[in-house]
Amino acid sequence: MTLLQLHEPGETPLPHEGEQTLAVGIDLGTTNSVIAFSALGKPEVLRDAAGSGLIPSVVAYTEHGPVVGSAAQARLVDAPETVVSSVKRLMGRGAADVKTLAGTLPYRFDAADGGMVRLLIGDRRLTPVEVSAEILRALKIQAEQHLGREVAKAVVTVPAYFDDAARLATKDAARLAGLEVLRLVNEPTAAALAYGLDKAAEGIYAVYDLGGGTFDISILRLEKGIFQVLATGGDAALGGDDFDHAIAEHWLADRRSELGSEPITASEAKQTLNSARSAKEALTQREAGDFPVMLHGKTTLHRLTRLALDKLIQPWVEKTIAICRQVVSDARLDLSEIQGVVLVGGSTRVPQVRRAVESFFGKPPLSDINPDEVVALGAALQAEALTQGSDTLLLDVLPLSLGIETMGGLVEKVVDRNTPIPVAKAQEFTTYQDGQAAMLVHVVQGERETVADCRSLARFVLAGIPPMTAGAARIRVTFQVDADGLLTVSAAEKTTGVEQRVEVKPSYGLSEEEMARILEESLEHGRADMERRLLIENRVEGQRVLLALQSALAADASMLDAGEAERIEKARLGLARAIEGEDRDRIKAAVEALEEAARPFAERRMDRAIRAGLAGHSIDEFKGDPGGCLAPDPEEEKL
Amino acid sequence: MPAAEPFCPTCKAVQPPGQADHFRRLGFARTFDLDRKLVERRYFELQRTLHPDRFAARSPKERALSQAQATSLNEAYEALMDPLKRASYLLKLSGIETGSDGKTVTDPALLMDAMEMREALAEARKPAEVDAVVAGARRDAEAAEAQLSRDFAAEDLEAAKTTTLRLTYLDKLIDDARARRLNVA
Repeated sequence: MTLLQLHEPGETPLPHEGEQTLAVGIDLGTTNSVIAFSALGKPEVLRDAAGSGLIPSVVAYTEHGPVVGSAAQARLVDAPETVVSSVKRLMGRGAADVKTLAGTLPYRFDAADGGMVRLLIGDRRLTPVEVSAEILRALKIQAEQHLGREVAKAVVTVPAYFDDAARLATKDAARLAGLEVLRLVNEPTAAALAYGLDKAAEGIYAVYDLGGGTFDISILRLEKGIFQVLATGGDAALGGDDFDHAIAEHWLADRRSELGSEPITASEAKQTLNSARSAKEALTQREAGDFPVMLHGKTTLHRLTRLALDKLIQPWVEKTIAICRQVVSDARLDLSEIQGVVLVGGSTRVPQVRRAVESFFGKPPLSDINPDEVVALGAALQAEALTQGSDTLLLDVLPLSLGIETMGGLVEKVVDRNTPIPVAKAQEFTTYQDGQAAMLVHVVQGERETVADCRSLARFVLAGIPPMTAGAARIRVTFQVDADGLLTVSAAEKTTGVEQRVEVKPSYGLSEEEMARILEESLEHGRADMERRLLIENRVEGQRVLLALQSALAADASMLDAGEAERIEKARLGLARAIEGEDRDRIKAAVEALEEAARPFAERRMDRAIRAGLAGHSIDEFKGDPGGCLAPDPEEEKL
Repeated sequence: MPAAEPFCPTCKAVQPPGQADHFRRLGFARTFDLDRKLVERRYFELQRTLHPDRFAARSPKERALSQAQATSLNEAYEALMDPLKRASYLLKLSGIETGSDGKTVTDPALLMDAMEMREALAEARKPAEVDAVVAGARRDAEAAEAQLSRDFAAEDLEAAKTTTLRLTYLDKLIDDARARRLNVA
């Protein structure tokens, strides 16, 4: 894996003297993560040598230890069962939530116990918090390499629509990675900060943020350095992943007759989704293309046109627009009062999405700042503001109403959504039985009227209520939401002063003991310093290349002439030896040498595969979308 | 030291928010006649110095105090910014609970108006028709606000309560009409 380097290293001013550690901004995304650093109000994305600032949010658990990023992504082909991607969708989710996601996420889950879901990867049983911590740890190390200083603090962004459990899970992950979270900032708010400061924008703006796994829409007022969120909404499980899934389903339907009832494996599902993602990305630039799907050892090429893609993803795009409508209404605004709409998130590159946004808001959307990077830039600005001081201020809101369960499974709202945070609200409840000595307080989050339709955050018992007739006790429940959007609940019986305070943690969080255990383990193993990690990453990459070569030779050695075979063999031996050593630069050079030596061979094989793929189809199959019958059917999900 | 003074005048340390009412918190006299722009400006000015983001590098105690201060500011802003909430809050300070959600209407004159406007909204099919309902309701809401100003100036709290209920209803109608406008567009 290539090292990151600042885009223009000479331009990074030195931080203040005496400042021991640096604070960065991190956009921990579903598909990709981005780190940025800001000094003197100028945020910069930390990039690798190739100029890319996107680090795939993918972790591979190899025999040498975890690897993160493109090295992990590369292992999807050879060892997909060891690779975890899109883990953000599982943050703060319970075993029950996963049942509904089981169709969309190709993992094995341990759904045996309640509480936080566990992923089964090889012989390991991992929480999404630990997987996210692995990504954050890699980001931290890369930032340190880059900046040449310890990075101990960060502003980490979360989808505005993340509930309390998911926010807490994110904060826990950072803690495991050895990062102090200065603030959790909502992604659209961070984007507005970067955008507003860059463009000196004033007035009311909408930020439409469609990422890999989450959708947010926030409406903000920008005025003299104040970024005031007026209303926010979204869907924490709607994003580009759903587009990929729709495409993959479409292709699988093409091959259904041939596959029969035989289910595809999780690995095949991962690879098909990967190919679907490439198709989606390719079709942002082209009108049509042919894309490979490999199932049961056979590769077929599938034609996908822009038109067919638009139709496949239409249900999700419409859903985002319906949410926009609700949020504009929540902000008590007319569309004409909104001055501009800013696009954030990689999925806003899809032309159909842009069209829908433009048509709803009635103006062309703005995307001058790279939609993949703008959130991290805003987070970096906020990290600087929090550590060095600033004239700007973010005023955010609570995304989802908070309430408690009352008689009959109904929800009594205590704090309404879109209330500015920090906020504290209290409500009084009473007993419903004579002599009732204890009361169960069940805290929920969501907009629906019944507990069953809302998200359960925590339960606790207020005990020691003195004997009174039904309805006489006065139990005051106070909800306090801090500037990170995190909730603390306390309850007190007013006539006697019996009080209890709970951090809202239990339902889907890690317990303190679990955190302590994981921290201890990560310290033991994690001291393997960054050189070690980089060495491992290079070895893993080297092995991947060797394996790929081995299978190519096994199939097509006959395509080589003697001289070529000799050159490849020499380079192969060089790499095999380098991997055994401890010098990662040597491994890197050996990988490059082997790739160079094998390039003509690889190109010939590719040409042949494409011709073979085309030959396997009839002309009719290439006429594109026959129309009408491709809407994804949830009953048919096999992925 | 007055409770609404957020910083100690001598040592400049942030103080607990204390028990000041929402008007005093934002530095206003207790009156219905507030300029929204001014409320907003005061709120922003105070948040600029008191918000927890300004205390990220400070001691846990100062951070907690800043959170309490910012919480009180948000509460005051929410209560005073909107004329309806401001009227309800003024009545509450005088011991009168309005407590209406805009769904139950007892005033016969308001009931008649309400039915007519609801009907007009239900029948509106085109954006322009919904706009006409919104415009009508807005005019009525402005008239109700002007009436509230007179009610409070005359210290006629019973009248203020009736007018507040009327405004509650009109605001809800405007919200519903606005939502409908987005759907017919």
